[in-house]
Amino acid sequence: MDMVAGKVKMTQQSVNAAMNPTDMLERPIRLTARDVTVHYGAKQALHGISIDIPDRAVTSFIGPSGCGKSTFLRCINRMNDTIEGARVGGTIKLDGEDIYDPALDVVELRARIGMVFQKPNPFPKSIYENVAYGPRIHGLARSRADLDEIVVSSLRKAGLFEEVKDRLNEPGTGLSGGQQQRLCIARAIAVGPEVILMDEPCSALDPIATAIIEELIDELRENYTIVIVTHSMQQAARVSQKTAFFHLGNLIEEGVTEDIFTNPANKQTQDYIMGRIG
Amino acid sequence: MPNIGKDHIVSSYNDELVALAQTIAEMGGQVEVAIENGTKALLKLDRELADVTIIADQRIDDMQRRIDDMAVSMIARRQPMAADLRAIVTAIHVASDLERVGDMAKQLARRSLKLEGMSLQPTFYNGVKNMTALVLRQIKEALDAYSNRDSARAIEVCNRDDEVDAMHTSLFRELLTYMMEDPRNITPCTHLLFCAKSLERIGDHATNIAERAYYLQTGKQLTSEVQELQRTQIKA
Repeated sequence: MDMVAGKVKMTQQSVNAAMNPTDMLERPIRLTARDVTVHYGAKQALHGISIDIPDRAVTSFIGPSGCGKSTFLRCINRMNDTIEGARVGGTIKLDGEDIYDPALDVVELRARIGMVFQKPNPFPKSIYENVAYGPRIHGLARSRADLDEIVVSSLRKAGLFEEVKDRLNEPGTGLSGGQQQRLCIARAIAVGPEVILMDEPCSALDPIATAIIEELIDELRENYTIVIVTHSMQQAARVSQKTAFFHLGNLIEEGVTEDIFTNPANKQTQDYIMGRIG
Repeated sequence: MPNIGKDHIVSSYNDELVALAQTIAEMGGQVEVAIENGTKALLKLDRELADVTIIADQRIDDMQRRIDDMAVSMIARRQPMAADLRAIVTAIHVASDLERVGDMAKQLARRSLKLEGMSLQPTFYNGVKNMTALVLRQIKEALDAYSNRDSARAIEVCNRDDEVDAMHTSLFRELLTYMMEDPRNITPCTHLLFCAKSLERIGDHATNIAERAYYLQTGKQLTSEVQELQRTQIKA
């Protein structure tokens, strides 16, 4: 039985993977960044980043440590606001709406643009409460039954429900690393985001847990726009449809993932992905 | 040779890429020799050379297996990307084409053994001789285009395949004429027809290698449109 289920899943996966790369480029654009700069005090961390993020596809940011990929990711849901001395310039628009508009409610924005971090960071609460927290503070559930439904469906979408359904009241921190990361994804999904940002979501996980998360990312992209920062080029090649290469705070090259990994146009991109000394 | 394995942070990866390129170059050299020997055996009915060619084919087959093993191991262990990935995948294809060319050379040698003792007029050989020269040049140029990452030369090889095909067609007609002139020519000329076919196939493999060389350098497949475009540009 398992074999059959595995087979069916594989087929679905191959259909997803077979998405024509040019289809991806014709997708509507969800996020647009124009000339985005970030200064931390006197130090400039990003030099005029302009990129379009397509709807319901996975976009990956790659590049060596300190290249600005995480900094840029954090600009997308205004995480840099919380850092003292950080200044963000340029514009980032979600569906044409400036996310740095002073009139915009940042808490609301972060519900629309969720984030998953490198280290799984569940709240020191039960599995149920981890997922229920967001919908509760955003007033998304009218009744306990509503909330139950959101928790269960979020856990299902994160591929975790079957593993935890009998221990929803146990602490989230008691789960394995991979399960904790999926719990964090469930928590992000629970508030009904449109975009999910992932900052090296698998770097603390073993290969099996990584594969499960990658499979999940592949499923999630049917409903969400996903942006992932990863140190693993193989992961970027496996999960994303669009790839952007950052170096020293500049966006060097962006394009269809297949093109970036088989025939990058830029020498610096080439050197980086081929493991050459630049 | 261009900087095939240079500058990788992991130097053993460099070494492996260089070794792969060298093995392909070595195999290419052996295949060139096999064609030369095979055709010489045919044209001179040299039994010894024919035997050498037939035995040499085993070595060529071994080299193909070795290149396959090297490539698979590199894909598994190094996760090659971009130009490295293309170099490795191309090596597998080129080795397979070269192995087939080795088989063709072996067939030429085998035919030469069969032709021994038959009454052959020197004129029968003229077309085969010309075709041999052209095909050998095609293989050499294709391998040069490959090892020098020279896409322009690769296109030239592809375009020149028409000449090989035209020569094959005219040789076919010529041999048919000899057969019609005298039924005693039928057996030797049939053997030569098969030889001509083998040569024509070698030409096709040369084209394949040239196409791979183009892909290796540019990352794009050499389509007939590109080929045509280049041809008109050269004419203009």
